[in-house]
Amino acid sequence: MTALYDTLFNGLAIGSVLMLAALGLAVVFGLMGVINMAHGELMMLGAYTTFVVQNLLKNGPLAGLFPIYILIAIPVAFLVSGLAGLLLEKTVIRRLYGRPLETLLATWGVSLILQQFVRSVSTAFFLGLIVAVALGLLAPRFTPASWWEQRWTPLLAVGRWIVAGGIGIALASALGSVRALGLPWFSARNIDVTAPQWLRGSIDVAGVTMPTGRLFIIALTAIALLAVNWFLQKSVWGIRIRAVTQNRPMSSCLGIPTETVDALTFLVGSGLAGVAGVAVTLLGSVGPNLGGNYIVDCFMVVVLGGVGKLLGTVVAALGIGVLSYIIGSGSLLLLWPSMPAGLNETITFFATTSMAKVLVFVLIVLFLQFRPAGLFPQKGRMVEA
Amino acid sequence: MTDALLELRGVSVSFDGFWALNDLNLALAPGELRAVIGPNGAGKTTFLDVITGKVRPTKGDVFFRGRSLVGTAEHQIARLGIGRKFQTPRVYQNLSPRRNLELAVSRRASPFDLLFSRLDSTSRDRVQHLLGVVGLEPHANRLAGGLSHGQKQWLEIAMLVAQNPELLLVDEPVAGLTDEETERTAQLLRQLSGEHTVLVIEHDMEFIRDLQAPVTVLHEGHVLCEGSMDAVQADPRVIEVYLGRETD
Amino acid sequence: MTTTSTSAATPGFLRRWWPWILIVAVAVILPFVLPPFRLNLLGRFLALGIVALGVDLIWGFTGLLSLGQGIFFALGGYAIGMHLSLNSLEPGQLPEFFGLYGVKELPAFWQPFTSPVLTFFAIWVIPALVAGFLGYLVFRNRIKGVYFSILTQAALLVFFNFFNGQQKLINGTNGLKTDTARIFGELVGSDAMQRTLFWFTVLLVIGAWFLCRWLTTGRFGDALVAIRDDEPRLRFTGYNPTAYKTLVFTVAGALAGISGALYTVQSGIVSPQYMAVPFSIEMVIWVAVGGRGTLLGAVLGAVLINYAKSLISEQLPETWLFIQGALFLLVVTALPDGVVGWLRQGGPRRIQEMLGWPPRAATYPELDLDPAVLAEKREIEARRSGSTTVQGDQP
Repeated sequence: MTALYDTLFNGLAIGSVLMLAALGLAVVFGLMGVINMAHGELMMLGAYTTFVVQNLLKNGPLAGLFPIYILIAIPVAFLVSGLAGLLLEKTVIRRLYGRPLETLLATWGVSLILQQFVRSVSTAFFLGLIVAVALGLLAPRFTPASWWEQRWTPLLAVGRWIVAGGIGIALASALGSVRALGLPWFSARNIDVTAPQWLRGSIDVAGVTMPTGRLFIIALTAIALLAVNWFLQKSVWGIRIRAVTQNRPMSSCLGIPTETVDALTFLVGSGLAGVAGVAVTLLGSVGPNLGGNYIVDCFMVVVLGGVGKLLGTVVAALGIGVLSYIIGSGSLLLLWPSMPAGLNETITFFATTSMAKVLVFVLIVLFLQFRPAGLFPQKGRMVEA
Repeated sequence: MTDALLELRGVSVSFDGFWALNDLNLALAPGELRAVIGPNGAGKTTFLDVITGKVRPTKGDVFFRGRSLVGTAEHQIARLGIGRKFQTPRVYQNLSPRRNLELAVSRRASPFDLLFSRLDSTSRDRVQHLLGVVGLEPHANRLAGGLSHGQKQWLEIAMLVAQNPELLLVDEPVAGLTDEETERTAQLLRQLSGEHTVLVIEHDMEFIRDLQAPVTVLHEGHVLCEGSMDAVQADPRVIEVYLGRETD
Repeated sequence: MTTTSTSAATPGFLRRWWPWILIVAVAVILPFVLPPFRLNLLGRFLALGIVALGVDLIWGFTGLLSLGQGIFFALGGYAIGMHLSLNSLEPGQLPEFFGLYGVKELPAFWQPFTSPVLTFFAIWVIPALVAGFLGYLVFRNRIKGVYFSILTQAALLVFFNFFNGQQKLINGTNGLKTDTARIFGELVGSDAMQRTLFWFTVLLVIGAWFLCRWLTTGRFGDALVAIRDDEPRLRFTGYNPTAYKTLVFTVAGALAGISGALYTVQSGIVSPQYMAVPFSIEMVIWVAVGGRGTLLGAVLGAVLINYAKSLISEQLPETWLFIQGALFLLVVTALPDGVVGWLRQGGPRRIQEMLGWPPRAATYPELDLDPAVLAEKREIEARRSGSTTVQGDQP
């Protein structure tokens, strides 16, 4: 029995991280149909935010808050990732609605930029970036208005960004020669967030050792899930979001500001990624590549669950979590020591984390053969297939 | 067994509890030209979806030449000789009208046939002829995406004819066409009937009158009444569904 | 894109074949001009051009964005890698790494790779079969668009984890080294061998190009474009898109396998990194930048971007990801048809017009009114329809 509880708990723990990570994606992909390949990088931003919050609170006037820095990091990470997502929506994704494959490629490009950004960012780099963006945006203010009504204006519009970028790079490298300014904030190395004291112990219940860190993640996931559910089902904006999802032109005619709804949906989805990032820091050190480790799993959760259904995401994440743990830990061997040799060998073969992933993904793909629309398909008449 | 070319027996389609078609019965004799009308939401498009295999009926059965079509894939149904024109013109935007027609005219549509054999000369002549019929000869080699709405409608009708199906299902062929074009379309469809069986769904009553064909009125997923245009228009039930109840 | 040297007096043969003559001449001369290191790089990038042609075939023409071409690429690489690991051994000997994991006997699936003939087929048949199988499963269920992309990426991750985790079978993360092995008694890593491999690669790129051209120009190519434009419509015309998509995905898989094998022998190693998620997406960006839907664009994109990557990574390694990310954004928002598409659609002329420079030839902006275009059009129409008096578009 203990083994069973143990399996369930660990599966739940793995599944809840997955669920938290996939929740934001379920909102963005499920409701808006936008493939955001930078979702993992938004998680990474959340993780790095946690790191920054921890370091800011460690010393200084607010050190009294240090024991609960992780609770403070949650809303901050939500905001940081959410705003980054909002910026992404306003600058890139907005131009690409209705072109999912292009969105996929563009957001992948953004994910690469974000990865390198956290590796390279230093004070000098940051200042250079600010100057470049400011120059690019303000260029029309400083130049004669007549320049912006010419035949060659489109060239100028491109050219100003090249010039602004060049100035930014020059400034960054000039400042970078000063050692204090050129020092990368995070560098390419992994960073470690030390869990606060109260998350480092464990609780024993019925012979199962439950690390408090894991329990915290499970609780966080449950709260996030309830919050999202409440938001979508009960709040005014949630109802607007669902209305736009179901019939965009009609919602627009009824006076729902669809552009605001899009932006808000994206902000919430991205913010959830940030919260997931906070949770991930409790599991071990994190690095710029964090996103890549989660993105495909998240998409599998959403696809398996059935797009547009939160319940599907929940069931799929927990299912994948439990299954991965059972296969990866080889715990079936413990439960059933006297199993036939052939089966035993097969189970041992898959009893590593990466091989468990192989088997789980193969099972998912097989499952999709029979239920192409996932566990909880959206019913109703397809508008166009 | 009946000698009808197409027969729907008790077809019902449910979308998540909403019955788009409800015990629909309809038979088409070979060579017949039939118009189907009905107010919005009467199930006209679903009706075509069921025949062409896009939607599987929840209940009932569809027979084409005495053979049940339920469970047959769309492309197989098309090869049996049922062609369909869509409500909004759907042509291959990045191919020229000629190439569009050449795809439609190929009866053997396996990949290897397309790779290893050339289009035979009869088919090529047919394509050229159809281009002439629908007046697209001057535009034969530019991309179809650049054609006007009316030209696309005509191109799609030409594609349907190129397929040479026994049964043509035509969904709103004259939406967005000028009066003259509408008249020519009616003429074309009349010509096609006899040799082919044609079923037209349309809102435009003048056009239906031009077709001089028997009319079936759909309402809430089942057949309300059938008859000539004049008879149907005089039917109080039809007036009721189109104009609303007089005593409300 | 014609040169000024092709005057009317040039024999028809030259006028028609000059690009090919130029390519062959360059291919023959380059190995004697470039230093071995650069030549090797160019050879590798040309090899990548083959996988790019496959990506173009399925994405550019058919509209299927696969993010898993790395699977087939690596399978081809492993096929040749396994053969080369076995090929220079004494009888009864095992590749070195097996000793590290205590494997005493050659695993059964290695056996066929002792034969050069079987290996030759395995390089492209295995990836083709895997692609065909995966493609059939996915296409049969009408999974398309982004779902197809996500599933191919998941499949890629499955293969990556499998190859990464199996030390005892294929040396896991470390991969298989090939440059110390011998083909025909010659060291694979030697300069002479690399030169031969370069020519071989050029030949295969040209072969792959012709194959793709054959697939995309005729009626089969029309069907592919039709699938991209409106798949349900094609289905209602009596075509079974599943067959077309499976076939074309299989061909792309085979091309990826060949590409992977050529890349492996020129880079000296095959490892699970060939199945890394970013690499497979990079393949898409080569095609996107070069110009999707144009075969030339796919090859050019692969070579140019990889060349840029190696140059930039040598000089400013930190900036490469920024540049690559920016390329993704640029090509999606500003250059949807890539460089080749931009050139073909008169991009340079538009820039000239913006600058107010008079265009070189006095042509009307409307292409349909260009006399040369009209003449050519009439010629084509006459050839196609067999009639002699076909009117061109008159204003």
